[in-house]
Amino acid sequence: MQAETQTMSCAGAAIQVRDLRVAYGGTPVLHGVSLDFAPGTFTALLGSSGCGKTTLLRSLCGFVPVTSGAILVGNRDVAPLPPEKRGMAMVFQSYALWPHMTVLQNMGYGLRLRGKPKAEIVAKVAALLAMLGLTGYEERKVTALSGGQRQRVALGRALAIDPGILLLDEPLSNLDAKIRMTMRHEIRAIQQRLGVTAIHVTHDREEAMTMADRLVIMQAGRVAQVGSPEEVYDRPASAFVANFMGAENVLPLHVERTGAGTAITAGGAVVHLTNRDAPAHPTGEAVAYFRDDVASLDAPDADPRGDLLVPGLIVARSYPGGLYRYRVEAAGRQITVDDATRHEPGVAVSLRIPTERLHIFPAAEAALAA
Amino acid sequence: MIRAASLLRASLASALLVVFAFLLFGPLANLALWSVAERWYTPYKLPVVYGTRYWEQVFRPTGDAMASLGTSIWIAILTVLIALALSVPAGYALGRLKLPMRALFMIVFLLPQAFPSVAIYINVARIFYHLGINGTVLGVVLVHAAHGLVYSVWIAAAAFAAVDKDLELAARNIGASALRTFFTVTLPLAAPGIIASGIFVFLESLDEFTGTFFVGVPQVITLPLLLYNAAMGGNYQVASITALILLVPSVLFMLFIERFLRADVLAKVGS
Repeated sequence: MQAETQTMSCAGAAIQVRDLRVAYGGTPVLHGVSLDFAPGTFTALLGSSGCGKTTLLRSLCGFVPVTSGAILVGNRDVAPLPPEKRGMAMVFQSYALWPHMTVLQNMGYGLRLRGKPKAEIVAKVAALLAMLGLTGYEERKVTALSGGQRQRVALGRALAIDPGILLLDEPLSNLDAKIRMTMRHEIRAIQQRLGVTAIHVTHDREEAMTMADRLVIMQAGRVAQVGSPEEVYDRPASAFVANFMGAENVLPLHVERTGAGTAITAGGAVVHLTNRDAPAHPTGEAVAYFRDDVASLDAPDADPRGDLLVPGLIVARSYPGGLYRYRVEAAGRQITVDDATRHEPGVAVSLRIPTERLHIFPAAEAALAA
Repeated sequence: MIRAASLLRASLASALLVVFAFLLFGPLANLALWSVAERWYTPYKLPVVYGTRYWEQVFRPTGDAMASLGTSIWIAILTVLIALALSVPAGYALGRLKLPMRALFMIVFLLPQAFPSVAIYINVARIFYHLGINGTVLGVVLVHAAHGLVYSVWIAAAAFAAVDKDLELAARNIGASALRTFFTVTLPLAAPGIIASGIFVFLESLDEFTGTFFVGVPQVITLPLLLYNAAMGGNYQVASITALILLVPSVLFMLFIERFLRADVLAKVGS
């Protein structure tokens, strides 16, 4: 441990991205992205494939030329610089280890470029290997390592140069599920210990939530929302984000202001809210997004008790474990509901939906997101 | 019924195998037999007198055969050097960089193979005579290199294209310049393919006849030309021995190439 703390000294660097635009052969991929990355933070860029998250990462480290905009690292614009002058280290999805070199040669490559003496390289690589749980692997051929070991070596190669910024391009997606879980925690722990600024690209929501301090949700080359995992999960800024963060049930609503507050109508059910409960719902035609665990099943003639009670019909039932999962047809939509009690398909029920857990957006915006 | 059918199939397969082996090894056996036949004439089916007289004649240090073997190898080595000096940068450009008219460049290297070689080499000989390099090793090397470039450029381009771009980017990313990346990552990874292309060029040069005949004769005599002269002069023993000598490097190098040239490189040849 003593040797480790002496040799590791990644001071995280700040990055400011200003109105970054990138195009591939005339087709714009990033439409003016502006983001700030504070030193020592772990940010996850999250989005479905083709949203531009990998392009953003690759333009940060100089693999993709930018059309316009600035990338400020410590108040210096690195956008015109070649990749080797940016001080960012990348961990690739494909590991990108050099098959003609040993583990030591791979991890020591960056240090050798910097003209470090051999003894120092050997000591530093040994310390990194110890940190990564690969002590004694120096002379192994990288082709003889397992996927998890390769990704650790790739991480070690990136960290060996004491980068201020660590870029992670879906580093876990080629690993099997169990190793992926342990690597999540390892990468996060190492990042916190070294204080390096990390930017992690992923399409895996859970991976992003468990690893990052902050999520950046991207949609079609733009930033859709930036916030802590709790903020993005509990208060999605748009229909797209709500849907992407797992609120996949869609319920059309009609929202109306009344004298005392707000009236929400859905599929023949009405609920009246006071202004204190529903301060900022959009009025008119709207769409509500909610997760499978929000609604529950109740008798068709149950007392609403302040919830939205939408009549519906059970279409299908499955048992994923612990709870029953139902497909319920209600308000012209198929809605997925988890419920502890067993009901038969074909039975008329009502969906009990607590309105405070709905993410409500104007119908026009929701149509854009779909 | 099924038993009989499978028996039939097995015997047919072995018969075909025997035919194939005969077609492959028959001529080789004939060469071997001729090389040790001191006297062999009709109506005898096999040599009348066996002996190693002609082997001794060929391998005599002062003999023509040893001299032309030396010339052949010297020319082949120079040809490989020239071809690689051109095909490594050309292959990198064609395999890695986004070149306009890439297909056109690739076809240009194919052109020497596309026309009847005699017609080409007669004109080459005319031009070389004008330049005063007819009948010199340089002239022969240039002809062999032009011929070998199609292999070396196409294979080198495939070898560079087969190197994963991320491997280069990983080196750039942690501080290597473009040039440094080329020499420490790209070139070592493409090396097996480039070595294989060098071997192809070497073998092509060793075997080349037409160009050497028009450009080199009579000053430069390579092994194939010696073989031709011996065969024309009715000396089948020397011709056979020369042919066997020419066979050795081919077989050795083919074994080598099989080890070096991986399937993913081969798949990219010409693409």
